[in-house]
Amino acid sequence: MSSAVLEESPVSSTTENTWLEVCKIDDLVLNSGVCALVNDESVALFTQKVAGELKVFALSGFDPVGKANVISRGLLGSKGDTLFVASPLYKQRYCLETGKCLDDESLSLKSFTSKLENDSVFIKLA
Amino acid sequence: MTALNPASSQNSNQTPHIVVVGNGMVGHHFVEQLKAQSPEAKITVLCGEPRLAYDRVHLSEYFTGKSAEELSLTSEQAYQDLNVDYVLNAWVDNIDKEVKSVSIKQGATYHYDKLILATGSYPFVPPIPGHDQPHCLVYRTIEDLEQIEASAKQSKVGVVVGGGLLGLEAANALKQAGLETHVVEFAPQLMAVQVDAGGGKVLKDKIEALGVKVHTSKATQLIEKGESCRFRMCFQGDDYLETDMILFSAGIRPSDQLARDFGLAIGERGGIVINDYCQTSDEDIYAIGECALWDNKIFGLVAPGYTMARAAVSHLSGGDTMFEGADMSTKLKLMGVEVGSIGDAHARTPDAMSYVYENQPKGVYKKIVVDSSETKLLGAVLIGDTSEYDTLLQYCLNEIDLPEQPEALILPSSEGAAPALGADALPDTAIICSCHNVSKGDIIEAVDLGNTELSAVKSCTKASTGCGGCAALLKNVFDSELTKRGVEVNTDICEHFAYSRQELYHLIQVNEIKTFDELLEQHGKGLGCEICKPAVGSILASVWNDFVLKPEHIALQDTNDTYLGNMQKDGTYSIVPRVAGGEITPEKLILLGEVARDYKLYSKITGGQRIDLFGARVEQLPEIWQKLIDGGFETGHAYAKALRTVKSCVGSTWCRYGVQDSVTQAIDLENRYKGLRAPHKIKFAVSGCTRECAEAQGKDIGVIATENGWNLYVCGNGGMKPRHADLFATDLDDETLVKYIDRVLMFYVKTADRLQRTSTWMENMEGGLDYLKQVVIEDSLGICESLEAQMQHIADSYQCEWKTTIENEESRKRFRQFVNSPEADKQIIFVQERDQIRPATPAEKEELA
Repeated sequence: MSSAVLEESPVSSTTENTWLEVCKIDDLVLNSGVCALVNDESVALFTQKVAGELKVFALSGFDPVGKANVISRGLLGSKGDTLFVASPLYKQRYCLETGKCLDDESLSLKSFTSKLENDSVFIKLA
Repeated sequence: MTALNPASSQNSNQTPHIVVVGNGMVGHHFVEQLKAQSPEAKITVLCGEPRLAYDRVHLSEYFTGKSAEELSLTSEQAYQDLNVDYVLNAWVDNIDKEVKSVSIKQGATYHYDKLILATGSYPFVPPIPGHDQPHCLVYRTIEDLEQIEASAKQSKVGVVVGGGLLGLEAANALKQAGLETHVVEFAPQLMAVQVDAGGGKVLKDKIEALGVKVHTSKATQLIEKGESCRFRMCFQGDDYLETDMILFSAGIRPSDQLARDFGLAIGERGGIVINDYCQTSDEDIYAIGECALWDNKIFGLVAPGYTMARAAVSHLSGGDTMFEGADMSTKLKLMGVEVGSIGDAHARTPDAMSYVYENQPKGVYKKIVVDSSETKLLGAVLIGDTSEYDTLLQYCLNEIDLPEQPEALILPSSEGAAPALGADALPDTAIICSCHNVSKGDIIEAVDLGNTELSAVKSCTKASTGCGGCAALLKNVFDSELTKRGVEVNTDICEHFAYSRQELYHLIQVNEIKTFDELLEQHGKGLGCEICKPAVGSILASVWNDFVLKPEHIALQDTNDTYLGNMQKDGTYSIVPRVAGGEITPEKLILLGEVARDYKLYSKITGGQRIDLFGARVEQLPEIWQKLIDGGFETGHAYAKALRTVKSCVGSTWCRYGVQDSVTQAIDLENRYKGLRAPHKIKFAVSGCTRECAEAQGKDIGVIATENGWNLYVCGNGGMKPRHADLFATDLDDETLVKYIDRVLMFYVKTADRLQRTSTWMENMEGGLDYLKQVVIEDSLGICESLEAQMQHIADSYQCEWKTTIENEESRKRFRQFVNSPEADKQIIFVQERDQIRPATPAEKEELA
């Protein structure tokens, strides 16, 4: 599983609380997702405008049900106040903040803290 | 499951032994029901025929090719599996009520604790001199059919004596066997039991129009040697009729000889007398089916026999289901003629009054019989059109108050459909779906169990999954029950918009809304979701036909629309270029082959006469499409809820049977409607003649060539729930054909629910096909001009989405696997199979890792 490998990777274990610049803001697609490669694993990056403010989210890009790197290609939406991405393969919805699946408690995606700074997108490796 | 009640058994420690005499439909039903109720039941079946139970109701299908095996209702293996003992050719010739045993001719004797007589009936043969010679036959068993078949081979003319329900079935059988067929009836009309004189006359005309000669009011006096045929039937008077064979079907008589011989009570005119539990005068002997006489009545239909079987099973198991008589209303098709009879068809109730509607040119006769106060329906007769049967039966069985003008129930309404019965007027016992015997109460129960979707109610009750005739009534009952529970019948598309798809379409069009954000801001809340976004994206595309990958639209699209390909299970995409009408040049075929070879794509021919290339990585898509577009291809919209393909046969250009150029028509249609975004995918087909090689009647839009033009079929479907398309208009010229298709499709795009195919759209449309014809052909809503204009706008603003995409640097950026790395996705791994790639299985991936 991607998250396990990610945790064991040298970057994350040795450099706690390290921010990693992943891409430029221009690489993102508004209200949608793109995919980045971080430590040989796919990370899905999403931007969503919420009440006029642009937010960035980062989740593992690997769909644990479909077993493919497709999470970044899912549709974004909201259920009540919860923002989610729906897997394009079998439609499970995952919370953009926490990575928890809204449709099946046993499923979740690893989530990363992320930020926008100086036109760059950063995720925190911890 | 209930244990059998052993109280009256001789040996109360043992499972009682049930002996069933007779294995017709009812006897068999008894065995099945008893075994379902008490799997441990010990049953011995004594079957008089050489085979176990078969379907006597559909006996005439033997002559249209159904074999005895296909008619059978069970098999010896099935009885063995059920642990039911049986003896074939077993004629019971003794019942000893004292020691409780039955003996058969072959000599064996069987002890019983309970004896079930299901001996059925036998055909009555009038004692006409000469009736008992070869080629004078009856119609009851498969052996009879074998004899009829053999006799028919040596005959040119056949006569059925008896013009009742069975007689007409038998006449159908003779006609199927290729004989000149006559029906001779003693009464002045056909089906005198179920149908009144007026209906009988219309029925006679219709049967005669089918080539069967009907002779009513004829009493046969003598059967003698004929001159031109084998026999001459001499009637009262000097009249006669020559024929090679005679089938007697002049009614049935209960097979009660056994009961007579061994001292059970018998009715004056035959029949074994039973009580409400189906017990005979001996409490350990039951009689069920056509041999039984209840309240001085014989029930000559299979359904009451089944009810008796269930009552007997219930009594044996300690239950209290009783037989309380049966409704003898029937609806059937005789030689393709629809006949319905309900309740007091002859208006024999004192002071009963009738309303009659007759349409001679169409051969339709309808009559309703009402009580003196004109508030209750007592009976009805329907010939030539039984579409009101279900509604009328509800009125009759449930004693529902009639509308103020009862005649409206059978009069053709100028407004379209006759007034349907309101859901609330029905009692809970009302049968909504007669195919699956689902009552209104069953539907209420399903709603109470939490099924708040119509589809869920359908799948758990099976209602409306047979003939589908009750769909509208079912929806009424369902909606009304939801409303009663305070559940507003919610047609909202999702939590973000309190509107149905149709309402959103309207808002977008009328308010000229061009983006999802505008719509959300003005009419919605939240941020949208995977339900409303693609739906709105599709509506925006249908109305304005903008490029779907414009920045303001891109976040609305499902991944297939975003990447203009069909995502497969491993995250790769498949590529399907348009091949209009399935016509392709060698150069294009070669190009497809080269692309597939160079990019190592798996190639497969689709059902829509195209070629699908699988296994393209997202980053390869623009490059591959560049090559395809340079070679003259354009996108096939296989990824979109849009027009997919127009399949065609080769048509009159090459085919010696073709009457029109179906390929040109298909290409023209495909080019007109390509790119049209719709609530769901749309498939067309065009066939060049009635042989229908393009299978157009299974498509949303089907076009079939005629000598004079084109027949248009609409709303067909293959796939998961096949639906035969409806014939919409005939012999159209090219221009009218396109006009009608424009209107039908645009009306569908505007009014259908999200993800609703044309077939379900049609099935849910109030007024159905007739209504759609009114809208499209007669322009009853006055919208045809605007429908055509909108379709013209879509056609004029068509663009190949792939061409636009590869010409646009920003759009191409979207097709990167990783925004920060040129590497390929390592999760995508292929293995070889039959000289092509396929995705590796998880086990294979592990092995390769």
